Amino acid sequence: MISPISHRGPDGYGFFLNGCAGLAHARLSIIDLEGGWQPIHNEDKTKWIVFNGEIFNYLELRPELERRGHRFYTDSDTEVILHLYEEKREKCLDDLNGQFAMAIYDSDKKEIFFARDRMGIRPFYYTFHKGCLYFASEIKSIFAVDPAMPRQINPEVLSEIFTFWMPGGDESIFNGIRQLRPGHWARIDHAGEFHEEEYWDIPFAGQEAMFPGQKGQAYCTEENYAEDLRELLIDAVRLRLRSDVPVGAYLSGGIDSSAITSLVRNFTDNPLKTFSVTFSDNVYDERSKQKAMVDYLQTDHHTVNCSYKKISDAFPEVVWHTETPILRTAPTPLFLLSELVNRHDYKVVLTGEGADELLGGYDIFKEAKIRAFIKKNPDSAFRPLLLKRLYPYLALSPTQSAEYAKKFFDTEAPVSDMFYAHRPRWKTTERTKAFLSEEVIERCNGSNPVEKICGRYQARLQGLDYFSRAQYLESKMLLANYLLSSQGDRMAMANSVEGRFPFLDHRVVEFACTIPSQYRMKVLNEKNILKKSMDGLLPEVIVERKKQPYMAPDIQSFFGDTVAEYIDYYLSEELLNEAGLFKRNAVSRLVAKCRKGVRQGFRENMAFVGILSTQIVYDKFIKNFKIDTPDNLKNVKIF
Amino acid sequence: MSDTVQKIRAFIFDNFLFDADENALGNDDSFLDKGVIDSTGVLELVGWMEEAFAIQVDDMELTPENLDSVNKLAVFIQSKLKG
Repeated sequence: MISPISHRGPDGYGFFLNGCAGLAHARLSIIDLEGGWQPIHNEDKTKWIVFNGEIFNYLELRPELERRGHRFYTDSDTEVILHLYEEKREKCLDDLNGQFAMAIYDSDKKEIFFARDRMGIRPFYYTFHKGCLYFASEIKSIFAVDPAMPRQINPEVLSEIFTFWMPGGDESIFNGIRQLRPGHWARIDHAGEFHEEEYWDIPFAGQEAMFPGQKGQAYCTEENYAEDLRELLIDAVRLRLRSDVPVGAYLSGGIDSSAITSLVRNFTDNPLKTFSVTFSDNVYDERSKQKAMVDYLQTDHHTVNCSYKKISDAFPEVVWHTETPILRTAPTPLFLLSELVNRHDYKVVLTGEGADELLGGYDIFKEAKIRAFIKKNPDSAFRPLLLKRLYPYLALSPTQSAEYAKKFFDTEAPVSDMFYAHRPRWKTTERTKAFLSEEVIERCNGSNPVEKICGRYQARLQGLDYFSRAQYLESKMLLANYLLSSQGDRMAMANSVEGRFPFLDHRVVEFACTIPSQYRMKVLNEKNILKKSMDGLLPEVIVERKKQPYMAPDIQSFFGDTVAEYIDYYLSEELLNEAGLFKRNAVSRLVAKCRKGVRQGFRENMAFVGILSTQIVYDKFIKNFKIDTPDNLKNVKIF
Repeated sequence: MSDTVQKIRAFIFDNFLFDADENALGNDDSFLDKGVIDSTGVLELVGWMEEAFAIQVDDMELTPENLDSVNKLAVFIQSKLKG
C-alpha cells in the first residue's frame, strides 16, 4: 500500500504490525528530521499513530502534556497529538491548529480512531473489503491491497462531478471508496462498529450573530475588523513558517498570495523564495503583476512557463494524481509549479488558498449581488450592464439585452432560495451531462445531484443571508472537494511538496465568519476587509487590480500547439465503448469540433476536459491499474 | 429560405446538440428554453453567421427576438442579406 504513494513521502518508510492491525507511513521529513519517524507510539506502546500533515501549535501544546507526566521520545508534532489523545480522546481535535489526516490504533481497546482537519486540507480515504478496513491518503494505495478489490466508476458521483466540478459528498468516483469529511472524526471499536462525528463546521451565522457581534457596537468598524484580521494573519503565517526545512511561497499575482508573501517578508526573518506560473497564452498570464510583487518585496523568484503543449503533456499524469475526473485543466500548471519547487529542493510553500471563499472574493458572490440588485428593479435597462462589467469577456455578448441577461443569469429567481448564488453555475455545468451515456443515466436511478446537495445543506443554510450562504457552500464544496484536493494537495504532493494555507487557520476562518457580509464585499469591492488589513503592505497595482480568476487553457491545451497524441487512444471508439460512460457519437462530434480550432463555449470546454479525464481515470485505475512496486524501499523502519 | 434553415439546423446540431436526433429541436423551439446555448454559445453562433453568410451583426441586434430559434435566425439572416 505504501509504495504507490511514495511521492507523498520519499524520505523514509515506517511499518507497524500487531495482530489484526497494521500501519504504514511514507515520510516527508519537515519537522524533527532525525527523530520524527512514524508510526509513533506512547510510553507503553499501547497506542500508535500515523499522521499526514502538520500541527502548527505543537510547541505550545507540549509543555502542559509534559507537566501532566507524558514522556516524549521525539521532537515531532506527531507525538504531541498522541499524548493529547491519551488525555482527551477526540476532544484533542479542538486544541489542534493544523492540517492533518491521522489514524491512532489503541491495542488495549482494539479500536482505531481517525480524524481529518477542519477544512479538508489533507485527504483521508477508506473502504471496507472482505471484512477489513483499509485507509490511506490516496485511493491508489487502497487499490494496491488486492487486485480483486472492485474498481468501478460510481455513476452518481460522475453525474455530480458533471454538475458541480467535484463529488458533492463523501463518496469518491469509485464505488465503495469514501473520504472522511473535513472536520470529522471516526472510530471503529473492537466489535467493528463504525461511528463518525463532526467536530467542527465553518461557523457562518446569521447577521444578528455578526453585527454588532460579541464585541459590541463600538467595535464594529471596518478598521477594527481589518486590524484584527491583520494580527491574526501575521500569527497564522508565523506558525506556518515552523519547519526544519526552508519555506517558500507561491505568488500568483493576485492579492491573496501577495498578502501572504508580504506578511512573511515584513513580519518574519524567513528568507524568501517565491514561485509562480506564467502562461504562453496572454489571456491567462499574470507575469506583470507577479513582477510588481517581486520588485516590491525583492524575493528570490522562480517561474515555470506553461505552453499549451506543456499542459497537455502533463495532463494524464495529473489525472493519475487527482484520482478523479476534472472539468478544467487548471490543476496542471500547479503540478508543474510543484515540480519547479521540488527542483529547487524546497518541500514547503505557503499559498493564498481560502481568502476568496472566506473573505468574499469570488465573482459568483458579486454576480449574486448584481442579480439581487437587478431583481429589485427588473425593468431597469442599466442594471444588467453591471454583469458585463463583472465578466469582461461578455463585453461582446448579448448581456446588453435585458431579456438575455434575465435568462442567462436567472435574474428573476427568488433571492430567498437557499442556493440562489450557485444555481446558474450548476445549470451551466450540468449541460455537460448531455454527453453521459444512457447506461450511466439509468444507473443513477433518477438521483439528481442538485436535489441531493439541497437536501444535504438546506437546514444548515437557514438563517444565513444569501451572501454567507454562497460563501458557506463554496467553502464546503469547491474549496474542500476541488481546490484543496485536485488542485491543492494532489498537485503539490505529486512532487513531494507540502502546501500551507494561512487563510485556513481556523482562527482566521472563525474570525472571517464574524465580519458582517456587507463589509466582506462592500458594494462590489471584493475582499474589502482583507484589502484594508493589508494597507501599506502591498503595492497599489495589486490592491487596485481587477480580480482575474485563476484559469488555464482547456480545449486549446490539447489542440492549440499540436494535437495531443493520446487523444486518439483515450477517446477512441473502442475505449469509449468499453468504459460505457459517454455517448460515443456525441464525443466524436465534440472532438471534431475541437479539431476545427474554433472558439468554444463553457460547456464544450468543461465537457471535453471532463470526458478526457474520466477516460484517463478509467484507463489508469480500472482497465490498466498497475503499481510499480520497488524491490526495495530505502530508509525503512519496522516497529 | 429552406436552404438557410437547413444550414442553421446543421450548425446547431453539429456544434451544440452533438448526438441529439432530428426531433430534439423544432424550428420554432427557443434555444434558451431548450438549454441549447449559453452566453458564450451566442457568441459562437454570431461568429458563424457572420462568416457563413458574410453579414455583420450589430451589438443592438443581439436579442432573443432575432436569435432565439431556427426560424427567427433564418428570418434575421434573410433580412440582413436583403439589407
